[in-house]
Amino acid sequence: MLKLRIIPTLLFKDVGLVKGVGFDSWRRVGSAMQTVKVYNMREVDELVFFDISATPDKRRPDFKQIEELAAECFMPMTVGGGVRTVEDIRDLLMVGADKVAINTAAVETPRIITEGATSFGVQCIVVGIDVKVTATGWEVYTHCGTRPTGLDPVAHALAVEALGAGEILLTSINRDGTMTGYDVEITRRVAEAVSIPVIASGGAGNYGHMAEVLRGSKVAAVAAASIYHFTEQTPKEAKNFLRDQGFMVRQ
Amino acid sequence: MSNRVVIVNHGLCNLNSIARALEECGGNVVVTDDPGDLNDADRIVLPGVGAFAAAMANLHAKGLDEAICENVVRRSVPLLGICLGMQLLAESSTEGGDCRGLGLLSGAVVKFESQRGERIPHMGWNAVESTGLTTLFDGIPSNTDFYFVHSYHLSCPDATVAARTNYCGGFVSAVAQGSVVAVQFHPEKSQKAGFRLLQNFLAL
Repeated sequence: MLKLRIIPTLLFKDVGLVKGVGFDSWRRVGSAMQTVKVYNMREVDELVFFDISATPDKRRPDFKQIEELAAECFMPMTVGGGVRTVEDIRDLLMVGADKVAINTAAVETPRIITEGATSFGVQCIVVGIDVKVTATGWEVYTHCGTRPTGLDPVAHALAVEALGAGEILLTSINRDGTMTGYDVEITRRVAEAVSIPVIASGGAGNYGHMAEVLRGSKVAAVAAASIYHFTEQTPKEAKNFLRDQGFMVRQ
Repeated sequence: MSNRVVIVNHGLCNLNSIARALEECGGNVVVTDDPGDLNDADRIVLPGVGAFAAAMANLHAKGLDEAICENVVRRSVPLLGICLGMQLLAESSTEGGDCRGLGLLSGAVVKFESQRGERIPHMGWNAVESTGLTTLFDGIPSNTDFYFVHSYHLSCPDATVAARTNYCGGFVSAVAQGSVVAVQFHPEKSQKAGFRLLQNFLAL
């Protein structure tokens, strides 16, 4: 049986890993290479690595750095941040990313989803969807949570699935870094609408939050960052907790 | 025994992790897109993620398709297909229209059909149950989890099935036929169990 995945998210800015609150107030939390090596040793299910300043700084991903990290990474790695073109996707795959996350470009130039899926397979095209609560529902934001798009997350998710996305990484900007729990409702809606795997992200503060979103929505994976950076909680303990709650996780 | 392992580069994905994993397991690794390099290979690895048609076109453009088949058919060189590499070895695939494969494995590659709301691609860790047909799984407990990421899978005769995995009603996750072994999952991303499988391949 397919196991639920427990995924640490690593956010990279300037020279090291950072973690913020609500896509802001970034704090330094360590070196990328050290962290990858530790997660390797601990046999983590998968890693998500985002270069969060690439798009706001209008630059391409740091291919050299990804290559160095990928060489040490004997687990699947999704890489995102600054992916604007099919060449960016190709170059990231060529330096060792297993999957590439497209966020801003999925809104601005959605055809790169189709072009990427046709050339490299749907399985490596992840679309990142960052959502914020509005007066009437939720809205998709781009540029690292700074630009509203007017798009409804469910409609956007269905659109990117139709274009060829293989997975959706859904992040609640409101919950990001707050450690108050995932936005279960929007996660449930998106995961019910699409038939590709959805990763819940943003808000995990304890293992109970993971159980809550896994029970309340049909997600394939839970991503988290602060919980691993700022507390003693670990992916391994998360799995033990979830296993004891009756979820299928890899031991 | 010399262990010159030639990894075939079809230009669609990074080969560092498979190359590094095979080196760690004791292989003398060469990554190449030159068909001539296959002639003195002790073992061949056909890896890959990507789209079937694009990969076949790249293999054909370099003459790698013929070189792979010749070395397997004439010299019985052990060959390991991984993920898309496994699919390329089949007779055909329905991905991107009807495409012809290398034909070294019986059977055709078809898309998953969701039976009970299973999500496609099949992505993540899933249990692999060996049939005992090959020594590839020696020392690996049955139902160990390996990492998968794919939407298509090989449909083949029972006689060549080396392992099965439960998804969308069950599918073939490993095959063995002649000197060819192939796995649908990624041993190079499957940590300890994956490394053990690669060591077993180097000992075939």
